[in-house]
Amino acid sequence: MIGRLLAAVVAVIAIGFGAFYAWAWNSEIPPANPSAASFDPGIVAKGAQLAAIGDCAVCHTQTGGKPYAGGFPLTTPFGTIYGPNITPDAQTGIGAWSEAAFRRAMRSGVDRAGNHLYPAFPYDHFTKATDSDLSAIYAFLMTRDPVQQANRPLALSPPLNWRLFAAGWKLLFLTRGVFQPDPKQSPEWNRGAYLVTGLGHCGACHTPRNAFGAENDDHFGGGMGEGWLAPALNANSPAPVPWNADQIYAYLRHGFADQHGFAAGPMQPVVQSLRNVPDGALRAIATYVSTLPGPQDPAEVERRTKAALDFARSRDITVAAKPSAEPATTGSAATRQASSGAAIFAGACASCHHSGGTLPVSRPISLGLSTPVNEPDPTNLIRIVLGGIHPLPGDRGPIMPGFAGALTDQQIASLASYVRSQFSGQSAWPDVAATVSKLRQTPSPPMEAP
Amino acid sequence: MIVLNINGNPEQIEADPHTPLLYVLRDDLKLNAAKFGCGLGQCGACTVLVDHEPVFSCLLPISVLEGRYIRTVEGLGTADKPGPVQRAFIDEQAAQCGYCIAGMVMRAQGLLEHNAAPTEAQIRDYMAPNLCRCGTQMRILRAVRRAAKAMTASLDPIHEASK
Amino acid sequence: MNAPAQVSLTRRLFLATGGAVVVSFAVAPSGAVAQEGAMPAAPGTPPLPGSLKTSPMLDSWIAMDGQGRVTVFTGKAELGQGISTALIQCAAEELDVNVDAITLVTADTERTPNEGYTAGSHSMQDSGTAILNAAAQVRGILIELAATRLNLPANQLHAKSSAVLADDGRSVSYKDLVTGQDFHRPAGPTSPLKDPRTFTVIGKSMPRVDIPGKVTGAPMYVQDMRPDGMLHARVVRPPNYGAKLTQLDTGAIEKMPGVVKVVRDGSFLAVAAQGEFQAIQALHALSADAQWDQTGTLPDPATIYDYVRALPSNDTTILNQGAPGQQGVRALRATYHRPYQSHGSIGPSCAVALYDGGKMTVWTHTQGVYPLRDTLADMLHVPKEQVHCIQVEGSGCYGHNAADDVAADAALIARAIPGRPIRVQWMREDEHGWEPFAPLMISQAAASLDDSGKIVSWQYDVWSNTHNMRPAGPAGNLLAARYLAQPFPEPAPQPIPQPEGGGDRNGIPLYRVPNARVVSHFIPAMPLRVSAMRGLGAYHNVFSIESFIDELADAAKADPVEFRLRHLDDPRARDVIMKVRDEFGWETNAKLPRGRGRGFAFARYKNLAAYCAIALELDVERETGNVTLGRVVTAVDSGQAVNPDGIRNQIEGAIVQSASWSLYEEVTFDRNGITSRDWSSYPILRFPAMPASVDVHIIDRPGERFLGTGEAGQGPMAAAIANAVFSATGARIRDLPLSARRIKTAIGV
Repeated sequence: MIGRLLAAVVAVIAIGFGAFYAWAWNSEIPPANPSAASFDPGIVAKGAQLAAIGDCAVCHTQTGGKPYAGGFPLTTPFGTIYGPNITPDAQTGIGAWSEAAFRRAMRSGVDRAGNHLYPAFPYDHFTKATDSDLSAIYAFLMTRDPVQQANRPLALSPPLNWRLFAAGWKLLFLTRGVFQPDPKQSPEWNRGAYLVTGLGHCGACHTPRNAFGAENDDHFGGGMGEGWLAPALNANSPAPVPWNADQIYAYLRHGFADQHGFAAGPMQPVVQSLRNVPDGALRAIATYVSTLPGPQDPAEVERRTKAALDFARSRDITVAAKPSAEPATTGSAATRQASSGAAIFAGACASCHHSGGTLPVSRPISLGLSTPVNEPDPTNLIRIVLGGIHPLPGDRGPIMPGFAGALTDQQIASLASYVRSQFSGQSAWPDVAATVSKLRQTPSPPMEAP
Repeated sequence: MIVLNINGNPEQIEADPHTPLLYVLRDDLKLNAAKFGCGLGQCGACTVLVDHEPVFSCLLPISVLEGRYIRTVEGLGTADKPGPVQRAFIDEQAAQCGYCIAGMVMRAQGLLEHNAAPTEAQIRDYMAPNLCRCGTQMRILRAVRRAAKAMTASLDPIHEASK
Repeated sequence: MNAPAQVSLTRRLFLATGGAVVVSFAVAPSGAVAQEGAMPAAPGTPPLPGSLKTSPMLDSWIAMDGQGRVTVFTGKAELGQGISTALIQCAAEELDVNVDAITLVTADTERTPNEGYTAGSHSMQDSGTAILNAAAQVRGILIELAATRLNLPANQLHAKSSAVLADDGRSVSYKDLVTGQDFHRPAGPTSPLKDPRTFTVIGKSMPRVDIPGKVTGAPMYVQDMRPDGMLHARVVRPPNYGAKLTQLDTGAIEKMPGVVKVVRDGSFLAVAAQGEFQAIQALHALSADAQWDQTGTLPDPATIYDYVRALPSNDTTILNQGAPGQQGVRALRATYHRPYQSHGSIGPSCAVALYDGGKMTVWTHTQGVYPLRDTLADMLHVPKEQVHCIQVEGSGCYGHNAADDVAADAALIARAIPGRPIRVQWMREDEHGWEPFAPLMISQAAASLDDSGKIVSWQYDVWSNTHNMRPAGPAGNLLAARYLAQPFPEPAPQPIPQPEGGGDRNGIPLYRVPNARVVSHFIPAMPLRVSAMRGLGAYHNVFSIESFIDELADAAKADPVEFRLRHLDDPRARDVIMKVRDEFGWETNAKLPRGRGRGFAFARYKNLAAYCAIALELDVERETGNVTLGRVVTAVDSGQAVNPDGIRNQIEGAIVQSASWSLYEEVTFDRNGITSRDWSSYPILRFPAMPASVDVHIIDRPGERFLGTGEAGQGPMAAAIANAVFSATGARIRDLPLSARRIKTAIGV
């Protein structure tokens, strides 16, 4: 009896596995070899813009490497995944991929040979792209310079390195289907929604993920990307001034919005990539993102904006104001920490982060308006203090030196605590020193030892 | 009053604790090497070493430096007895106006203390924060390579002896 | 100049060592023309070599004391170009003394000859030639003295190692020969110069005398001066060119820690404090407090080239030969642009001034102490004799940066605080925002080819502001003087005439073109403050001409190197080109990897100075337009090479600096003012973007006259990059800088 039951259970499991395996099995798509000349230049140009919105180059290019030739290490909670070579090299890239193979990869996360791809490749977003847009991206990629560069093996530990796990993940979390416009919204909004939720895959960082690494239902509720907080874009946005479409556009176009500051961390390459995207698409994206917090009362938005600007201004410091030089000997530990943080700020930060006067000319915004200062977690502020902000070679853009070598963990913690209490008007962050020490061990972008 | 360890010497400093190290080095201690270049952490002319790390002294208040080991070019050697990095810069004639050079020497020193045999790409990346306007970079790169060789060579006997 | 130059003799006792009193006479013509590097010739004087023309007394160049120590005086300034070392070599060679026995005194209005500006790659031609000849003549005097002492004919004597040796074995050392004013006599027209083949110092690379101090933290710079009682000062510059200070309450600021005084004169506003950081803190407080009336707007940056091109110009035809309208079988036309660019010294400009007992002493890194002295005297309403300018090295300037302006600032503040030395250093943002920029330039080239692939006609037009607003007497060329309560007007800009030229420097091609016309369009109105930057117009003109030559070679289906040689007669020009061709391994239609290109360019600076050819290789990243510089090979002919490693250092520097100008740099502005105010808004080349290698080959010409080298590389480097970008991508970019964005736009998807 027990034997039969066991046999039945085994049979059910076997059938289940079999069914799953059958479902998960994909055939190889025969190699193709389209010539670069066979693509319409207009379609290629359109593909270039879409690839820029999709930010393909970031994950498919290693630092200092050839664009799209792969090798970028994407660190995930499950291990490190290296973006593969997507240049049209027949051996090491996607040169042998037909358009059908490319479309299958983008929609279903399966490579030409039939292997499942890990969801670090955001096919859960790309699946929403239209056929014609996928054709254009395909045309763009197939007309790049082929680069022979072998892919790096994934650094996932067993059993995660078993690719069928990706199939299981899809069964649970992949919803296939092209983006469906909302007829109640404007064409511009729909265009933005399509780009943001589809090729732009903004939610890949800005939406929290569950234990399986899948985005949960709190869309744009704030997530992580490359070790940085990707702030919430919905009603939970930590930005003191509510984002509006103009500010979002300015941020994406120039990497700077005067009520929110400069792009930093993983948003820097996003902004760089968007340079090749025309204004219309950026405006559409801004329109859509500005509605993520839901319906808002314009008067209330105006009130909050004014309040945030006034508050930030009231907390600005002038460089001439002399901070208390001696560390406080009374009061709580937090007070003492903030007090020494004030002295650090005065000597290390106030040369740029002060108000009034004509210098410096390239002045950062009031720290009271800064999202990293107002986030519930000090990660981004600490990352910026540790590593600074640096433009690409030859580019104009803010330069903030990193203080990793200059300040100890405790000093950075004091500084961050001071900045929080001085500029944000929000409750103190707990365990700042521990966060500093943890982030120092995991720099982002990863640094090669000198 | 703050006591700083500058080039191995305890120095008593009366300046306000939030004064950046650069001005204390130049005004109070009359050390010339670290230079004012931008005051913004963009050029590296003020670079000194703090506990083996190259830092911009124009943006580092002395209040954070008690008990830390601060080194300037003056601590590496003299014109008569230059240190190995300074020696390499002299041998390669790696200066034109020289305003950036003390900062370059300190950053190179920091690099070689972390990595005795850096690759060309590592040298270029590590030196990136420091600007030179005369265009002496090719010589500075040669000097760093020469210093690395010299320092490794001088270390070798020790390594051999410890085997 | 029709009136004879007035020659003023300033006699000054400056050295009294070892018992022998040494007297030097600084002989300086007053009212020296402050023209880019050019020296006035005093009518009636014999044609003496180099700056002996204007300062003929031998002891104004060379003094010797009873210990055998030699002091050499130059009116030129050490700017980091290594001139001190090369001048010492010249003196040591012809004097037959060890270089260690020589002390060089650089530009000082009370000690050295007036050699105008240290500019235009003139230092070796002017000062080097003068010192070389003066040293040879002094050696002749010493031999004469020895001849008398030893009672031998001079032809049985020769000099060696600070002594005169007789054929009979006797010797007498220099220190025993000099007695006083032996060298106080005018130079003769000819000098007993050595046979260059016997040179032992000149032509040998000599380690620079300043480098050990620079790498060990010696007080080398005006920035490092701290005389007793010195105060640190900072100037609050207006928010833009046209702003006027309307309101200011200094009460609270004067109570700030360390603050000694707030100095205000009209819209000139400064503060002096005990400590430098205190002065900076006070500067911030002052700038927060000051109210300005902001008048005057700048042109729209989007249409700046059209705007400047449409301004009235004074046109000069600087070359007109044959029938410029001659038509060949193939005609080409192209327009090139160069934006405003910044000197971008790493150290903001600095000066120390002391006003004491009615005398103003200014320590300055100016390129011209005498013209600065005259101009400061005008600003301060005092006779020239009451102003003493002493050149002390600063951060490299690469032309007319803020060095003179900060000297004026220091003098104004010192006048308000007598008895205290005042050290002023500019802030980074002010150096970037207020220095006189290299002018924007536009050029248009047209040419036609005959059916044999030769250029038959050539028309070249260049539009430019002046490249010389250096102080030359009238105070209005000093920035602060224009903002005083009694402001000085900015003097009318003047062009620098050919053959050196300013905006039209190197506007005339060195190539053989039978029918040619070159027109220089000088635009007096200056929307942005401009003046001299390294190379002046040569940078843009060589970029234009050498790009256009490549375009013509392409049209003629000729190899660019062969095409150049086809049109060049000057053997020295041909030599540098062939040297680079061979050392680089230039091949016609070389098979290169995708995205790689090769470029070649050549020029003789000013058509008068050093010859320089460059070949380079680079990679263009198609997706981004990023340029990665590969190997750079160059050859230079500077005539007699004095310090070959010094030449190499200068050329390497020119190549790297020009790469930065040509790939990255552009002053930005909006209607309200300059927006490129620091290294984040005005990026320059950093280490990772350096070329893979730079090889400099020197073609030495012993016995030939010195040819200025400091500015020879900039123009060719710009063109070589543009030509290589064309070779790599097929995109011809005629606008500087060749930024990644511009290249990407040109390449397309």
